[in-house]
Amino acid sequence: MKIAFTAKGPNWNSKIDPRFGRTEYLLVYDTSTEELKSIDNRDIENEAHGAGPKTAGLIYESEAEVIITGNGPGENAARALEKAGVKIYTGAEKMKIKEALEAFNNNQLKEYN
Amino acid sequence: MKEIVVISGKGGTGKTSLTAALAYLADGEAVIADCDVDAADMHLLLSPDFSHDEDFYSGEVAHIDTDLCTSCGLCMEKCRFSAIHRVNEEYSVNEIDCEGCGYCARICPVNAITMNDQLAGKFYISTTRLDNTLVHARLGAGAENSGKLVAKVKKKARTLAEKESKDYVIADGSPGIGCPVISSLSGADYVVVVTEPSVSGMHDLKRVLELVHKFDIPASCIINKHDINPGMTNEIEDFLRSSNILHLCNIPYTASFTSAITKGITIMENGEDQMLVREAWRKIKEDINSK
Amino acid sequence: MTIKNQYGIVKIAIASGKGGTGKTTLATNLAAYLSGKQKIILADLDVEEPNSGLFIRVERKHEEIMYKMIPGWEEDKCTFCGLCQEVCNFNAVLNMGKLILVYPELCHSCYACSELCPEGALPMKKQRMGVLKHFSNGKINFIESKLDIGQEQAVPLIAQTLDYVDKHSENESLVILDSPPGTSCPVIEATKEADKILLVTEPTPFGLHDLKLAVETMEKLDKEFVVVLNRYGVGNAGVEEYCKENDIRIIAMIPDDRQVAELYARGKLVYKKSSAFREALDRIAEYILEN
Repeated sequence: MKIAFTAKGPNWNSKIDPRFGRTEYLLVYDTSTEELKSIDNRDIENEAHGAGPKTAGLIYESEAEVIITGNGPGENAARALEKAGVKIYTGAEKMKIKEALEAFNNNQLKEYN
Repeated sequence: MKEIVVISGKGGTGKTSLTAALAYLADGEAVIADCDVDAADMHLLLSPDFSHDEDFYSGEVAHIDTDLCTSCGLCMEKCRFSAIHRVNEEYSVNEIDCEGCGYCARICPVNAITMNDQLAGKFYISTTRLDNTLVHARLGAGAENSGKLVAKVKKKARTLAEKESKDYVIADGSPGIGCPVISSLSGADYVVVVTEPSVSGMHDLKRVLELVHKFDIPASCIINKHDINPGMTNEIEDFLRSSNILHLCNIPYTASFTSAITKGITIMENGEDQMLVREAWRKIKEDINSK
Repeated sequence: MTIKNQYGIVKIAIASGKGGTGKTTLATNLAAYLSGKQKIILADLDVEEPNSGLFIRVERKHEEIMYKMIPGWEEDKCTFCGLCQEVCNFNAVLNMGKLILVYPELCHSCYACSELCPEGALPMKKQRMGVLKHFSNGKINFIESKLDIGQEQAVPLIAQTLDYVDKHSENESLVILDSPPGTSCPVIEATKEADKILLVTEPTPFGLHDLKLAVETMEKLDKEFVVVLNRYGVGNAGVEEYCKENDIRIIAMIPDDRQVAELYARGKLVYKKSSAFREALDRIAEYILEN
């Protein structure tokens, strides 16, 4: 399974970016290979509108089944993720990526719906 | 570091005056961000020095190179915004009407149309007369605020707050409920809603709180000019109770707000001791640090 | 006296650089006051937060759903080539590999994806964006449109509302347009066809700052405009000095009066109770009459 995170940096010690659409990085963890892949999303700041759907498209392309984030996506992005079958977990805004993964594994995050 | 965003649905509720008062009370412990870019008035109260500025671009606008143009007219035919005009076989773009969709540039058979970034305004980082940092922006005529600009202002403010080890970012949020407000709220730790007891004030309060609730951000509310309509004030108080929003205080209709604006100072510096606002700031800090 | 030009119809837009300056109070009172003398159409173009209707009590005559055109995806024709996503400059079309998502509120109806799709899999279709309501009591025709929650683009709805107003203007009508606040695209759409524009402001540094932005916008549009100074008596002489220096006419001053704020907060018309307000309305009517 692949798990994605909205992040402020490219590695396990980076903090979760509480923003969904305008997140600076997307990190994708593959549980089978235990690899953490980083996608630089900083170009998103050039989008005047529609940052949410654009980032949702990237998550779809990454083949993640779960996205872990802070405040949660706006309605547009939430719809795209729902259609793609990606589950959204929120409330990790104060955590580092490694802490967020642990919280997710311990069922401590909130499922967004 | 916590980010506090002050919003209000409708204009004229005193949001900017109160945000500036909080900036005063934070006493050097905050970086201030003016995200109300359509009516960016914070600088009038805080006298920033505009020490750093840069151009800000948002969206695109089409431009026709008349040397390359063969006057085939395809762009004018396809444009849904009537933004392309023809005068004596010469085609040009009306920048006010151009939406920046790029359709014309894509279909021009001789590639005579380019899409250029549109200059939307200026972006500033200043030190204010209260000696805190203010991040602000100014839009040119006809340019619109966007999630992009708000995100940029907030991001800069957060980065500076972290660098300067400040406790808070205090942001004057965008009005309405559209994209700029979503961007104002996104990533915030705490929201203060300023409202007034009028029919439209109540109406707008409900709409913005819907949004705040969806983002799951703790919120509190100040009712300004509470005495101009006591009945409506009661209704708002009931509404806040039933929706679990902390009611910070009721502020009476006072000439002090306007006279402070006139003097270019915050209401805290205008003679009267604004105990209510002081108390509100204490409650905000208490509430935010308990979360 | 009736107000008309050579076409028999005069369109007046009431605008302001920021919210909360008394724009709606002026528009509704002017409409009600002059309706004793001639046919009036009052249109509330602040489609995000229309509230003129709170003050004008008339019977509903007509209601219609307003649509904009967006691409509708036809799955059986689509090959997921991704061109639609590529040509959209607004992130309104998303290619998810097994489905295409269209975001109506981000779509500007430019038709590029629809017309460029090689398979014809995105024909344009109607999409609801809001509701127009038309009220009348024989003297005042009041028209308002309201964007549905979640819709972000005011401009298409304003444009269609203005078309509706044009169709329902009879000979010798005076059309009063209550424009949205600010200086961005919705304001330009609401004011660009008006014959005359009243900019409402207040005599404070905030009012002056926002007035300057509004003036810049009107000059860019090459529009005739004058200023109405609301809440006269508070603040300072900055707005008056600025207008004098720049040859901008102030055609009426409405004195600051707590009673006005109270009546407004209760959703009541002001001119019936305030002779000073009536006098200001007379000045404005004289101006509208001028050629």
